[in-house]
Amino acid sequence: METPLTQNIRPGQAPPELKAYERAGGYQALRKALSSMTPQQVIDLVKASNLKGRGGAGFPTGLKWSFMPKDAPEPKYLIANADEMEPGTFKDRYLLEGDPHQLIEGMILAAYAMHADTAYVFMRGEYKRAAQTISHAIAEAYEAGYLGKGILGSDYSLNLYLHLSAGRYMCGEETGLLNALEGKRANPRAKPPFPPVSGVWGKPTTVNNVETLCNVPHIVNNGASWFQALSRSKDGGTKLYGASGKVRRPGLWELPMGTTVREILEEHAGGMREGVRFRGLLPGGASTDFLVEEHLDLPMDFNELQKAASRMGTGTMIVLDDQTCPVGMLWNLEHFFAQESCGWCTPCWSGLSWAERILNALEQGRGQAGDIEKLAFQTKFLAPGNTFCALAPGAAEPLQSGLKYFREDFERHIREQRCPWR
Amino acid sequence: MLSPEEREAIEAELPHYPTKQAVSIDAMKIVQKYRGWVSDEALQDIAEFLGMSTSDLDGVATFYNLIFRKPVGRHVAYVCGSVSCWIMGAQRVTEHMTMHCGSTLGEITRDGRFTVLPIVCLGACDHAPVMMVDDDLHLDLTPEKAVEILERYE
Repeated sequence: METPLTQNIRPGQAPPELKAYERAGGYQALRKALSSMTPQQVIDLVKASNLKGRGGAGFPTGLKWSFMPKDAPEPKYLIANADEMEPGTFKDRYLLEGDPHQLIEGMILAAYAMHADTAYVFMRGEYKRAAQTISHAIAEAYEAGYLGKGILGSDYSLNLYLHLSAGRYMCGEETGLLNALEGKRANPRAKPPFPPVSGVWGKPTTVNNVETLCNVPHIVNNGASWFQALSRSKDGGTKLYGASGKVRRPGLWELPMGTTVREILEEHAGGMREGVRFRGLLPGGASTDFLVEEHLDLPMDFNELQKAASRMGTGTMIVLDDQTCPVGMLWNLEHFFAQESCGWCTPCWSGLSWAERILNALEQGRGQAGDIEKLAFQTKFLAPGNTFCALAPGAAEPLQSGLKYFREDFERHIREQRCPWR
Repeated sequence: MLSPEEREAIEAELPHYPTKQAVSIDAMKIVQKYRGWVSDEALQDIAEFLGMSTSDLDGVATFYNLIFRKPVGRHVAYVCGSVSCWIMGAQRVTEHMTMHCGSTLGEITRDGRFTVLPIVCLGACDHAPVMMVDDDLHLDLTPEKAVEILERYE
């Protein structure tokens, strides 16, 4: 089984320096693209590969790139979203710390395809080691002529900078990120105009997730059908899947896209720890709907999980066991979302703090008749279309599915006026 | 007044961006690195340097979790409170740490050594519960182990 994204990563060891990355075939894709492919051909190849965005939304990457206006004057921007703050998600850090040149090569290829002349790695401030790794790799790439003026003797030039943010979940939202990069509060922007038309500083901009960009050199080297063949599903490639919670072996694995939930949970994560039983899981971070026993044989990909009224999200699952209170878990999640709401639109700041207060009251033994209905109302009130960005609809996902699958637990909190797990 | 070192470090960031305001977060982090936090006076100096209004810059400062508008201890311990760490017992870790330090979350310990702060997911969920002390990530914590780690920071 091929694992292109993690082939150079040795956990516990320093990441490959430029020379080691080159010896492993690194920057061959960039040489190939600059010497024998037009930018349009790179976009067409990525379209044909069926690569979908790994940040959680699963939007086709090639299509996204094709929205960048070809004839608009420079500057045009490419941004790698390395603001991994989705609770339960730890995949991009692994790529950033483990193989920094893979990301940089992917970014140069993406920028070339979109005629971008400036690129940023937008990274959360807490990722200290990743920041060192990436800034060292950027310096090496400039030194070797992979960045800067006239890359590898071609007439293509690109500047790439690392921007370290200062911690706020909203920065991961595409337009919030653009405001943060401009040195402002990371409030979302109204769309349209979309970033390819008016992005950072009002210029054409594309934002891609780290894992998405890391796939690009491999697609350019090996072709679209090779990439498709890595996958067990309609979405191309491999995927970094992870598991956390009370499983035997929490961790991260690069597996074919479309590996089933059960295989990840039982074979790779080793099943539940001694003494606890499985109750449910959030398949891809805090803002995805719960899956339960009946869903375990579904493939983890963008299409199939939607049929179960959930989303793959980031692909790193958070597992709930029977010794952990589901209401408490939802309180923790909604506390996070209420705190991280930027306060820009009313349903989000008002609705989320209301939901959080009700969940806290349930946990403290002060639940009242009607609380479940109030929470259910909130999930509708926070639905897509009512807010500027996806933060509140994302927050509603675990809550609406939690109310569905763990309703009896909610009722018990109210009936017994206490949390039965305390 | 910004010190020559602070000024130089902020100026080094300017060529990366087309506007001065874009370095506002970097500038506050630089000042914070030298002084521990961003005082009203420092905020005014940075705003003037960047050609922003002080209130605009304060709006930015107060938006981001890692910019401190209040003094902190010599070391800042950030304990992850997000969902995977919560499932794995982060609450007990936090309680044990604040009890050991004799301070509440956000408060400076009496000896000026620590401030313990909650933080959102640190992206190390397979090793939950986790915390970050200054720049160092610490994994697979128990309440006892967390306190032992704190003791290594003078």
